[in-house]
Amino acid sequence: MSALLLIEQALNGLQYGVMLFVMAAGLTLVFGVMGLINLAHGSLYMVGAFACAAVAAATGSFWLGLAASLAAAAAAGALVELTVIRRLYARDHLDQVLATFALILVFSEGTRWLFGSFPLYLDIPAGLSGPVTLPGGLDYPLYRLVLIGIGLAIAGGLFWLIGHTRLGIRIRAGEADREMIAALGVDISRLYTAVFALGAALAGLAGALVGALQSVQVGMGEPVLILAFVVIVIGGIGSIKGAFVGALLVGMTDTLGRFLLPAAFGHIMDPSSATSVGAALASMLIYILMAGVLVVRPGGLYGRA
Amino acid sequence: MAGFKTLAAGLCALALATAAQAEPLKVGMITTLSGGGASLGIDTRDGFMLAVKQAGNPDLEVVIEDDQRKPDIAVQLADKMIQSEKVDVLTGIVWSNLAMAVVPAATAQGKFYLSTNAAPSALAGKGCNPNYFSVSYQNDNLHEAAGAYAAKAGISKAFIMAPNYPAGQDSLAGFKRFYEGEVVGEVYTQLGQTDYAGEIAQIRASGADGVFIFLPGGMGISFVKQYADSGVGLPLIGPAFSFEQSIIQAMGDAALGVLNGANWSPDLGNDANQTFVTSFQEEYGRLPSVYASYGYDTANLLLSAMGKADVKDADAFRAALKEADFASVRGDFAFGPTNHPVQDLYVREVVRMGDILTNRIVGTAMEDRGNAYEGECEM
Repeated sequence: MSALLLIEQALNGLQYGVMLFVMAAGLTLVFGVMGLINLAHGSLYMVGAFACAAVAAATGSFWLGLAASLAAAAAAGALVELTVIRRLYARDHLDQVLATFALILVFSEGTRWLFGSFPLYLDIPAGLSGPVTLPGGLDYPLYRLVLIGIGLAIAGGLFWLIGHTRLGIRIRAGEADREMIAALGVDISRLYTAVFALGAALAGLAGALVGALQSVQVGMGEPVLILAFVVIVIGGIGSIKGAFVGALLVGMTDTLGRFLLPAAFGHIMDPSSATSVGAALASMLIYILMAGVLVVRPGGLYGRA
Repeated sequence: MAGFKTLAAGLCALALATAAQAEPLKVGMITTLSGGGASLGIDTRDGFMLAVKQAGNPDLEVVIEDDQRKPDIAVQLADKMIQSEKVDVLTGIVWSNLAMAVVPAATAQGKFYLSTNAAPSALAGKGCNPNYFSVSYQNDNLHEAAGAYAAKAGISKAFIMAPNYPAGQDSLAGFKRFYEGEVVGEVYTQLGQTDYAGEIAQIRASGADGVFIFLPGGMGISFVKQYADSGVGLPLIGPAFSFEQSIIQAMGDAALGVLNGANWSPDLGNDANQTFVTSFQEEYGRLPSVYASYGYDTANLLLSAMGKADVKDADAFRAALKEADFASVRGDFAFGPTNHPVQDLYVREVVRMGDILTNRIVGTAMEDRGNAYEGECEM
């Protein structure tokens, strides 16, 4: 195994991690600020991908599609918050899970009704396709490097938003004591709608960016949703910093585990069973990681215990 | 989400009031019409119903339900169809795990099961049953075709990859059964995995000169797009499932030139196939997939048996099915001793024709290939 391969896998893990972060950031904000478990977050990811694919197909421009994905997911998020989610804040988590699970079904069948059952085509923009040669002679896809850049930029933007703006102060205050900031005259319901739309827009953006690499199809959001929940549990619910660290940990663990474990088992058993045992163990690795973190820090890495 | 029913058998054909004296036959189709795998079930249903419509036989009644790709729902639907709908024949299941949940129980109750797709090794060997007919293939066949052809296509060092579940393990075993080159890398991915950057890095480092993948549905779309973008550029080969009509449109030009093992292709020259492809396009406005072709063949097989025997006489009906006296869109078609087809296997290439991507045959991988598990079947 060469150092080049290891570096390539580390870049893959980083790229996977930052995209998970963009997805998980909205989820952790909504969970932290409003105390709401939103299973439909994955559907907003799907809405973003479909909006981008449809607009890119109609106009021929990926970038217009990307703008459309932000707008469509934010609009869908705001609409859902105003009509459904708003009624759930005071209810217990089971009601929230039931209602947002129903939203998944509505979004999935609605998307199928609009776009049909067949996967849509969304390609990487022409200027970003193909590999570039990095220092050291490693060929790496340019688009994935761009994704790493966009993910890091979004992380920086969110830290600034939460830490240094008035909206950020209100979000943190709402997280700490929602009655008090309502008493201080902040329109709490408008704040909630804004936070929800922001989280939705990020999910939609992640869907569109990742959709260009993957297949845009109904149900694409649910596997990512599970990972996003793992990320925010590891990072600590409500913490953007936790989501960032958690996402990178999950991305790295998953990518390197899938690559190193079968190779490691190859030393002690025959190749065929090593690949299948290694692959099986690698798919559990992030859950083992989550369990390990929770044993040491029950509230997550940056959460309140 | 609730399944919907279609009362079919061309009610309009009743007006013709042919003097058919045969007992009516009721067939229950359980297939996936919602959720992630819906496009496969929809193609199966559409192919089946096209043949039913063309035949216009008023004695055939079809009940269709959606299994949502869930084994427990498929079992409930099968029970309902057998007990309250009183169907004589079941068909339509796409996925092997659902077939394993439904088929043994249905055949044990004396019902016929005609498989339009899933044909797991367990039902081809030890679990074979005289009332179970696979019209499509045995699960390993298309992987065997890819394996038998890979060396001819210049792949002497193959990197092979499939999801880590029973059909994935069968797939790699099927590929290796007739592959004459060397396997330099073997990787099991997660089922439903969407990012393949790690595997692509391993392919790049493996020294392989070709890649075999079995990644059905969205997994294949993700892999092929990412693989094309990575610039690795080694030839790709796989079974037809990963490169089906509905899937390659979403891959775009990244799929061009990919080889895939199949037992059917839209460009097969026989008359039945020409009629099928043209009428499917007229009826539904899209090209058919292999799943649609299996649905179409299954319905025609059933209709041919109905013309020869009454389903209430199970032995006669079974013998009529076994004769396979229908014009298959695959050309020559016969059942082997275990009720699995004996058929020619081809290798197709993804090509662009006008605005759409489709497959065309580039060579024959194996002739008269049957079922690898025949020896384990005591029937």
